[in-house]
Amino acid sequence: MTEVHMTNENIALTEAVYYILLALYSPLHGYGIMQKVADLSSGRVHLAAGTLYGALSTLLEKGWIVALPGERNSRKKEYEITPLGKRMAMNELSRLRELLENGEKIIEGRKYENDNS
Amino acid sequence: MKMIIHKLFWAWSFEKEERWLNEMSNKGWQLSDVGVCRYTFEEGLPGEYVYRLEMLNNLPKHPESVHYIRFIEDTGAEHVGSLLRWVYFRKKAGENGFDLFSDIDSRIKHLNGILVLVGFVFGVILLSGIYYMLAWLSHGAQFNIVSGIICLIVGLGIGYGFVHLFLQKRRLEKEKILHE
Repeated sequence: MTEVHMTNENIALTEAVYYILLALYSPLHGYGIMQKVADLSSGRVHLAAGTLYGALSTLLEKGWIVALPGERNSRKKEYEITPLGKRMAMNELSRLRELLENGEKIIEGRKYENDNS
Repeated sequence: MKMIIHKLFWAWSFEKEERWLNEMSNKGWQLSDVGVCRYTFEEGLPGEYVYRLEMLNNLPKHPESVHYIRFIEDTGAEHVGSLLRWVYFRKKAGENGFDLFSDIDSRIKHLNGILVLVGFVFGVILLSGIYYMLAWLSHGAQFNIVSGIICLIVGLGIGYGFVHLFLQKRRLEKEKILHE
């Protein structure tokens, strides 16, 4: 699976977008996304509310996520990832895998040489 | 106890304004209302709240702004007040702090909005200044030269603000080359 399409869709996702997509594999509202992302990253990534709002608007526009019809007359809107969004997340996963493998090969390979010297 | 402070901050020094509000909070004065150059504080616990301000794309009553403000409130922040397109939020200080923006892109977008507005006002003032100067050259009249000079002086001030914002944005854009 190493096809390369030079389209916008193969450009790296931002960390915020990637984590929002992961968080939305199950439906969540805004604050829930912030908490889930903090959990997933063991407290490293704290999405700020304004940034999250902007990202959600863009993701909705692109059809990568949907807003679920309001349940139990709660005013907080819930969002969920779409099949298209899942495809984007999967593309990103293979891109990250490539970054990781190359990093391990070169960075850890170099460390190994240093250890021998 | 309440305290009212009259103070003027320009649109391009909103970060300074934010810092000042947070310093007041650290001293135990919590902002409770904003007006034109007018800040109302209530006595509270030192450092109880963290304040953030933002310029929205629309006036606070606009449906989009209402939606946005509600979204921010749903994340545990409070909408303290608004002034024109500026909104003031606060959140109880916690270990994770309180920020409206967590990446460079959204900071740049926010600065862009302010730049457009400041640039527009700068253009209007500059054109009026030129208009008065031309009027003075062709008809004389003290009124024209006085108005023209006032416009040019104000224009210079706003021009300074524009450059200040622009450089701030450029710094962020450079940083973006390295990371998000």
